[in-house]
Amino acid sequence: MLELKNISKIFNPGTEDEKKALDNITTTIKDGDFISIIGANGAGKSTLFNAICGSFLTDSGSIILNGRDITMLPEYKRAKSIGRLFQDPMKGSAPNMSIEENLALAAGKGGWLSSVSKADKDTFREKLSLLGMGLENRMKQQVGLLSGGQRQALTLLMATVNAPELLLLDEHTAALDPATAEKVLEITKNTVAEKHITCLMITHNMQSALDLGNRTIMMNHGRIIFDTEGAERKKLTVQDLLTQFKKAAGEDLDNDRMLLS
Amino acid sequence: MNFSVVGMLTQTALELGLISSLTVLALFLSYSMLNVCDLSTDGCFTLGAAVGAVVAIGGHPLLSIPAAMLAGMLSGFITAFLQTRMGINSLLAGIIVNTGLYSINLAIMGNSAILNMNRTPTVFVKMREALKGSPLEKQSVLIVALIAVALAVLILSLFLKTKLGLAIRATGDNPDMVRSSSVNPVFTTTVGLCLSNALTALSGCLLAQSQKSVNIDIGSGMVTVALASLLIGTVFLKRKSIPIKAVGAVAGSIVFRLVYTIALRFNIPASMLKLVSSIIVIIAISVPYLKQQYPTIKRRLTASVGKEARRNA
Repeated sequence: MLELKNISKIFNPGTEDEKKALDNITTTIKDGDFISIIGANGAGKSTLFNAICGSFLTDSGSIILNGRDITMLPEYKRAKSIGRLFQDPMKGSAPNMSIEENLALAAGKGGWLSSVSKADKDTFREKLSLLGMGLENRMKQQVGLLSGGQRQALTLLMATVNAPELLLLDEHTAALDPATAEKVLEITKNTVAEKHITCLMITHNMQSALDLGNRTIMMNHGRIIFDTEGAERKKLTVQDLLTQFKKAAGEDLDNDRMLLS
Repeated sequence: MNFSVVGMLTQTALELGLISSLTVLALFLSYSMLNVCDLSTDGCFTLGAAVGAVVAIGGHPLLSIPAAMLAGMLSGFITAFLQTRMGINSLLAGIIVNTGLYSINLAIMGNSAILNMNRTPTVFVKMREALKGSPLEKQSVLIVALIAVALAVLILSLFLKTKLGLAIRATGDNPDMVRSSSVNPVFTTTVGLCLSNALTALSGCLLAQSQKSVNIDIGSGMVTVALASLLIGTVFLKRKSIPIKAVGAVAGSIVFRLVYTIALRFNIPASMLKLVSSIIVIIAISVPYLKQQYPTIKRRLTASVGKEARRNA
């Protein structure tokens, strides 16, 4: 469903800050895949997401989403089929607008001059109640009043209210406290499974990278250095991943956050 | 001071407040919603006044309103184009357009700095003719202004609830979110500025016709005056709904003109208007900021006092 062919991106070319952020990445993601992506800081994980979303155009290569070549498409046009969540819960919703207005904007139904109908509101209420956070009773409240976890759950709902073809999760639970993080992750798993959304998730938690989904990709210096799925992946432990990293990258994975989590 | 003088002053303040409240509503859209400080407001106000006056003098008083609004829209489009497509900082884009408009406005007015409409059938004259014989005949300015403002508040309130309106609000509220969403911020910024500048031009058009003259400086300082009115009107309405805030913006404009009229009665020179509006804007924006910074400031002060005490010990 998503094909990346020879994607490369160099930042600040020709200067001393030149950085090969993505180095000839080629991979195919199948419909319904749930892929976890791990790698040290600066490995190019978020840059890969930015390339898929169109935050910048890649220097070379092509990106094919469900048969459509989206390599040159501007970000806002890709956003119709690609949903995205960031680590920062503040990034995904408008704080001075109500929960209902944020959802209406995300649902984006009707023409430019249409407004939210009673039926839409009922749908929103029903979907909010499924989050189990009591948000369905606060639809007129401004989003800025919500906690980080509530806001991230709302953002997830906004990203999936029209099931996207592809959902990109960029450490979307990392800024939350452990209990809330677990809850948001639970909601994520249910939503993705229920709507059959193809999903890529960046995580720093090696254990959950192995527990979640059906495939794990490890990145380093802008390249995919390890890619595992199926029976082989089932047998892997966190220690195996570390060994694998050392073997492929020729260095130790020096990331405390990753090892401790 | 007898009652008729008070009545007359109040009426003038009310008329002026209502007409300028259209500019306040324009800033409500661009400044409060879209988070763009549109510094082309002064020039656009004069543009509306000049275009409206020329069309009215040409014998088409009713046409003067859409003509002025269209001109404003075009000016807003250029401001938006410069900041969304040409990489020009939004404040600078406003200033550039404002400067350019000065020449354009002069050209529209036939290279004269003043146009007289004493014998021109303006929209207000039309309204007075329509009301001839009724007790409202003398209130034609107030009635036209009321209709315009009521329509503007209604349309703006409804518009900001539509999908496009929500997208415009989100563009101002969380650019990060909009950048990664299916909303094109170039489009929303352009639509927002076109609409707000149409309102500003309408405001200028009506003010010129109510004063029966337009001069090239009619819009000068308007952005600060309108911003002061907006901040007065919405300071207590932080968490309120859009229609309430819009009405607050109109009320702010009327309050501002009333206070100003009263000040004039106490022999404060008319030239003080702009200084007063500047001070109001400074207070309204800086007080909330200083309030928020107060704990930090207080800690710094006490800390330096502590250092002094240690040195003396």
